[in-house]
Amino acid sequence: MLDRRQFVQRLLIDRGDLLIVPGLGSATYDVAAAGDHPLNFYLWGAMGGTTMIALGLALARPDRRVVAIPGDGDMLMGLGSLATIGVKQPNNLIIVVLDNGRYGETGMQPSHTDAGVDFAATALACRFRKALTVARLEEADAVRTLLHSGEGPILVNAKIRPDDVPRVLPLRDGHAIKQRFIAALNGAALNGV
Amino acid sequence: MPDAGHSRLIALCQKDPQITDVVLTTEEEGVGLVAGAALGGQRAALLMQSSGVGNCVNMFSLLRNCGFPCIALITMRGEFGEFNPWQVPMGSITEEVLRLCGFLTYRVESADGVDEIAGAGCDMAFNGNLAVAVLLSQRLIGPKQWAR
Repeated sequence: MLDRRQFVQRLLIDRGDLLIVPGLGSATYDVAAAGDHPLNFYLWGAMGGTTMIALGLALARPDRRVVAIPGDGDMLMGLGSLATIGVKQPNNLIIVVLDNGRYGETGMQPSHTDAGVDFAATALACRFRKALTVARLEEADAVRTLLHSGEGPILVNAKIRPDDVPRVLPLRDGHAIKQRFIAALNGAALNGV
Repeated sequence: MPDAGHSRLIALCQKDPQITDVVLTTEEEGVGLVAGAALGGQRAALLMQSSGVGNCVNMFSLLRNCGFPCIALITMRGEFGEFNPWQVPMGSITEEVLRLCGFLTYRVESADGVDEIAGAGCDMAFNGNLAVAVLLSQRLIGPKQWAR
């Protein structure tokens, strides 16, 4: 099982121009801990929506690589989105689920993945081009390569330990997160109302 | 999301090479999709029937928290000559729910108002980063035909 902070840190080394959508809760804290960046669209709510925001972005910007990083609870709530993504086949979209089998924000209650529900198998059944489960830090470099050059849609289910790690809290104002992201991606011309 | 009242519009969108269509498994997926499209500098419209509005309530917080533009075209069920009473609970509160969630709402009652109101709605949404819903009334669309 992976240390979540070490794993995310390794994935995001020299991240270049990746567009990253981390899901609410610990995923957002993990991505922030790896280094704040204007091309992080931090979520603090909208549970279940992480992968669909990433799909919208991937379709709008086929010239860029988009990475969704939901937790397992977020992914379970948006499971139907795997079917929607499978239909659209965005080759620039990759999902990395941080799966500790727990609802970490609410008291570490077991999630369905703790009972064996398998995101990689679900993604393949939904026509993802590639889906795999990783649980060792040595596999992080291969996943990082997929982030930058894998042919999507791809899902990587990362089995992480259910540790309670210190929170790293990034920007919380939704307008500020959005405007900063749009300015970095699309330039100031599209930034104003 | 497919709806009989949207079927012509959906077919036209799917034929138009300038439009990307995304069919959803549930309406709330569309809220995330709209937000992602806006982040990427594109405009997106949501098509759904009134019952789908209830599926979106928490996800609408994304629009309000971040000020994303959103135009939703909503075909109404459960309000005028409805055969199926199961459509009534959601159809009868759709407009109020949208308003509580921060949408501006415009109802269209006749075919000759659709162009103008939908156009004005798009202007409000995309010029002002606002959430706007255009409600196409069941009287306008016509009740669902149950006899085959």
